[in-house]
Amino acid sequence: MKSLEELKAIRDKVKHSVNVREEDGDAIRVVVGMATCGIAAGARPVLNAFTEEVAKRELQNVSITQTGCIGICQYEPVVEIFTPDGQKTTYVKMTAEKVARVVADHIVNGNVVTEYTIGANTK
Amino acid sequence: MQELSLNVLDIVQNSIKAGASLVGITLDRSRRDQTMSIEISDDGCGMDEAQVAHVMDPFYTTRTTRKVGLGVPFFKMTAEMTGGSFSIRSQPGKGTTVRAFYHTDHIDMLPVGDMTATITTLISVNPDLEFVYTSRVDGREFVLDTREIKAVLEGVPIHSNEVLLFIKDFISEHQQAIDQPE
Repeated sequence: MKSLEELKAIRDKVKHSVNVREEDGDAIRVVVGMATCGIAAGARPVLNAFTEEVAKRELQNVSITQTGCIGICQYEPVVEIFTPDGQKTTYVKMTAEKVARVVADHIVNGNVVTEYTIGANTK
Repeated sequence: MQELSLNVLDIVQNSIKAGASLVGITLDRSRRDQTMSIEISDDGCGMDEAQVAHVMDPFYTTRTTRKVGLGVPFFKMTAEMTGGSFSIRSQPGKGTTVRAFYHTDHIDMLPVGDMTATITTLISVNPDLEFVYTSRVDGREFVLDTREIKAVLEGVPIHSNEVLLFIKDFISEHQQAIDQPE
């Protein structure tokens, strides 16, 4: 069974493998809506998918945070991505499946996945 | 909400918004009595009596983006559906404790669901807050305290992926152990 003793080994490994992440200016921020509406619509698996995908690709310049309700509950789960150029992209009706593509296309390669954005989903 | 762990995730957002630095989440199950309680306590800004009465009302919210606040009413409903009860104790400046009590043998009892995911999600997006998660089954318990974890980590971020994976395994393994029949 996992013990805090085991955590020491993990700590030493992390300490040596990656230089501890520091807030740098060109970080990409992923913000997931985690109010009642977001959670009920499935924000938790979406957030976890981002965490996993970012870890899998070993992206160092991405931070994943949460926010409350931004007032468009019918489009939840909503994810906002802030890039260093000052742009904000709002993705709506997100799923864990869509996350892989957003990470690959947008976060890694800088191409917004237009079909998942709020602009493509409003009537 | 499909499972109680999502309600917990939701209720803790209120603690975060209340400026809490320490959030306690306690699950206490008794298989013999077929009851369970979920308690969420924080050291946030707290509420006065009038506000406490208000938060149970779905048409009350402190936010301005919309006119309803469903987190607490939903959570209350999950408990009352099983013939259980719900209470909020709060003191301005001290903090708030929300407690839901369930009769687990009731047909409308919701599954607890993935508490591990709820706890790791909370830690990963709130690395500066402290969480104490206690899970008890028939008197046997385990505790995950982020303060203890951070003491071991010596500055390595608690939300680094390796550490989150450890926390995930830690919770599921210890939960499995206390779930074993005696």
